[in-house]
Amino acid sequence: MPKTFYEQIERFERFDFADFFSRVKPEDVERVLNKDSLLESDFLVLLSPAAFDYLEALAQKAKRITLGNFGRVIQFYAPLYLSNYCENDCSYCGFKHSNPIARKRLSLIELQQEAEEIAKSGIRQILLLTGESRAKSPLSYIKECVSILKQSFSMISLEIYPLSADEYAQLIASGACGLTIYQETYDRRLYAQLHGQGPKSDYCFRLEASERAAQAGMRQINIGALLGLSDFRKEVFLTGLQAHWLERNYPDIELGVSFPRIQPQVGNFSPSCPLSDRDLAQAIVATRIFLPRVGITISTRESKELRGNLIGLGLTRLSAGSRTQVGGYTLSDKTEGQFDIADTSTIEEVRQMVCRKGCQPVFKDWQNL
Amino acid sequence: MANQLIIAGQPVRSRFFLGTGKFASYKIMQEAIVSSGAHIVTVALRRIDPQAKDDNILEYIPKDCIVMANTSGARDAQEAIRVARLARALGCGNWIKIEVIPDNKYLLPDNAQTILAAEVLAKEGFIVMPYVNPDLADARRLRDAGAASIMPLGAPIGTNKGLRTRELIKILIEEIELPIVVDAGIGRPSHAAQAMEIGAAAVLVNTAVATSDDPILIARAFSLAVEAGRLAYESGVSPIKESARASSPLTGFLR
Repeated sequence: MPKTFYEQIERFERFDFADFFSRVKPEDVERVLNKDSLLESDFLVLLSPAAFDYLEALAQKAKRITLGNFGRVIQFYAPLYLSNYCENDCSYCGFKHSNPIARKRLSLIELQQEAEEIAKSGIRQILLLTGESRAKSPLSYIKECVSILKQSFSMISLEIYPLSADEYAQLIASGACGLTIYQETYDRRLYAQLHGQGPKSDYCFRLEASERAAQAGMRQINIGALLGLSDFRKEVFLTGLQAHWLERNYPDIELGVSFPRIQPQVGNFSPSCPLSDRDLAQAIVATRIFLPRVGITISTRESKELRGNLIGLGLTRLSAGSRTQVGGYTLSDKTEGQFDIADTSTIEEVRQMVCRKGCQPVFKDWQNL
Repeated sequence: MANQLIIAGQPVRSRFFLGTGKFASYKIMQEAIVSSGAHIVTVALRRIDPQAKDDNILEYIPKDCIVMANTSGARDAQEAIRVARLARALGCGNWIKIEVIPDNKYLLPDNAQTILAAEVLAKEGFIVMPYVNPDLADARRLRDAGAASIMPLGAPIGTNKGLRTRELIKILIEEIELPIVVDAGIGRPSHAAQAMEIGAAAVLVNTAVATSDDPILIARAFSLAVEAGRLAYESGVSPIKESARASSPLTGFLR
């Protein structure tokens, strides 16, 4: 058994994905469609261009699997940006260091105000986000934020810079239950190009953050690749492999996979490998069939219509009423957003949409102990 | 009428227990409870929000039902114990389904941790209903710890595969004097009837009802199958013969 997922990545460094895909025949897709339990090579078959023509059959299978495992419910959560100070300069991100935008970190009073506004909706699951700056938003600050939010929210998750296992343990002790961390790209060379400077340049420290969090006892872990930076088939495959690896090695965590697709930002970044809606749907159904028990999240980066249509295909979790600015819910001096959201519906509108799709919106799914 | 089921000294009206997760809405869940006539319904504490403005799950449970809170989400005994205490503090009563699941892929329970939780919670006055892998030695430990029933799985949660652990459950029914409630894996009314025919005291179903195209109708079907299976058991249903029996037996002359 390899010690970390990094050793798994190495297995695929020299793998010829294009060659594999070129050899996938329709009958291979049909064979995988008839299987109950998939191997990693089967997952790659479902991500191949050949499987594109089987999207309806894949979607039907994904729907059955989702229904059996999750039932007719959709989890809701709301993001809350704590700070946009960032030492990294990721070209795709609105918070990048070189972007001349106003910077802000919520005071604890402002935090309370933002939290109260979100809590009014009834949502008890919150995701706290920061840029990467240990100087401006240190661990001690994040711990304080978590302690305050424990009063109003029963499930507090974090999407922050990667930490050590001991630091994750401190956040868990403060009341955090979940971690979201995206590798952005699993391609090491591209990763190095995109994250040449700043603490994010350490590929392995980021890759292994989910494992350190699991070791520290984090209940829910959510991973993903930022889709559009590189060939989505390869990125989704490696995301699925990492999820599979975490599932095997840390069976007690509730695992989730997100499918963030790059949207236009302040810095006018355009993705070099854009995905169509159909590509995104293929990525989601293939992941659902490969990983029947994994939660699947789509944020407000995607339109209301698309999110609604993806509910039947494997989706289990939605953000709603999101603001990606620091202070976005209540403050007059809110900053620029991290990215533009496509679904600007209110929480109530998303709730109604989910009900119309025959699903129950779940605002609370854990009780912080 | 089938014999009355008694658990922890309390009469239970129906041998069909219903889970409340995975439904498309609380309203549909409520109608399924009513149409099935279930008396015991299990509710995950993790989903209860006492501050919810209008959608508090407990308000949709008919007042004459017994709410059996469950510890879904607990990964070890300590978490299960804390969830159980919270459930009682929130007014869910003393019935607790102990569910300790440290495996999110198969959702198989951890018997050892379940036993530890049962020991503590039984002493605190809970009516302990442990969800377990069917294992005779563990069932005896749970009985000795003060469990009110044993709830072995028929197949992994949500699979609808039916009574795959039949032989092991039969052993529990024979050897453990507590009510044996088959929980998880029951996908069809015929599976429920089979469990009752071999002597299960009750069955608990959730996924197969909640994810059906018509949860209200299937809930009733399950309830009827449970009743039929129980009546068959009480009637001493004829054993299955290994071979055909001659109508003129060879040893008839020995009478």
